[in-house]
Amino acid sequence: MELEVLILIPVSKPRRGATGETGLWRVERPIIDEGKCIKCWICWLYCPEEVISEGQSGFPVIDLSFCKGCGVCANVCPAKAIKMVRE
Amino acid sequence: MSITIHDLRKSEGSYLPGSASCPGCGATIAFRIASRILGPNTVYVIPACCFSIIQSPYPRSAISAPILNFAFAAAAAAASGVQRAYKFLGKDVNVVVWAGDGGTVDIGIQALSGAAERGENIIYICYDNEAYMNTGIQRSGATPIKAITKTTPMGKQEMPKDMPMIVAAHRVPYVATASVGYPFDLANKLEKAKRIKGFRYIQIFSPCPPGWDFPVEKTAEIGKLAVDTYFWPLYEIEEGKLRVTIKPRKKPLKEFIRMQRRFEFLKDEEIEEMEKLVMEKWNFLLHLERSERVF
Ligand code: SF4
Ligand code: SF4
Ligand code: SF4
Repeated sequence: MELEVLILIPVSKPRRGATGETGLWRVERPIIDEGKCIKCWICWLYCPEEVISEGQSGFPVIDLSFCKGCGVCANVCPAKAIKMVRE
Repeated sequence: MSITIHDLRKSEGSYLPGSASCPGCGATIAFRIASRILGPNTVYVIPACCFSIIQSPYPRSAISAPILNFAFAAAAAAASGVQRAYKFLGKDVNVVVWAGDGGTVDIGIQALSGAAERGENIIYICYDNEAYMNTGIQRSGATPIKAITKTTPMGKQEMPKDMPMIVAAHRVPYVATASVGYPFDLANKLEKAKRIKGFRYIQIFSPCPPGWDFPVEKTAEIGKLAVDTYFWPLYEIEEGKLRVTIKPRKKPLKEFIRMQRRFEFLKDEEIEEMEKLVMEKWNFLLHLERSERVF
């Protein structure tokens, strides 16, 4: 049996930047030193904002339009390959 | 079979960058990992909590999965209904409650208890930031003793409710604690919960930088320290049998306490007292682990 459901409730649609360009919140910017990086992806695992991905070079790259600059990535990186610098 | 970082990287999550969460939010890390394990065949029921805000303002959503936003008191009841509707339609869908500690241990406890007792086929996840955070940091039944909140300016006087044990006393098939600081333990528990039928409950320790007043970059570190100091032991209770899943070498509780300004009033003697409570609980868990069944 098929149920007919009339949708009268408001429905939000998913999209990146649902709250806007959250990169603007940033005070400090993470910079990855590829010379030190061992590609363990621990930074990716913990980044709350899901802004770290694999770049063309195979190293992690950060989408700075949404990175909130929390510094969690730098704090967990076992190789100390991420530095936080003032914007 | 344990989940590796490669498994997590291969799987698709339901979190989109640019949400309204605070920088360094522990609950968001928990959701990113959980949504990867739960997979695309999942519907979330979210009561009032930080995640109602994190989703972002209408008509946009930072979460690419179907969500039913619901009243504070009724998440488990709503999820029971959603699950039964899917069952009626012949569809096998993971129905997951994603709730904060206020909506779990205080306001939502009767609906949760009812759903657990009826054995509803849902996964109830409480991301525990230990207070009402999005309304401005008020104490909840999950706030630890001595912690400062806006409603306990001199530190809370009472012990928090032991929610995982309360749920386990309903004799549900699976109960677990987890922490953002041990993401693979969290992932493995979710994977296990996903394969079990019936009512499953996981409480995830989720450090909150503004609420606990610690530097934003320390979220993961605090999540790990909580476990390493035995402040938040990681265990699971499967069919009544308890197992402590992570047994780290004990670190002094002081290391965990002194990182957060919500505990700034604590004198060294008081930390010693808390240390005793923590050890009592740890030894009790080890004792339960040796028993045939807990409940
Ligand atoms: S600073 Fe924070 S948001 Fe930015 S990449 Fe690092 S962990 Fe992610
Ligand atoms: S955590 Fe550090 S070493 Fe590991 S991938 Fe990220 S930047 Fe590279
Ligand atoms: S208040 Fe705490 S739990 Fe809520 S969004 Fe902010 S960091 Fe996350």
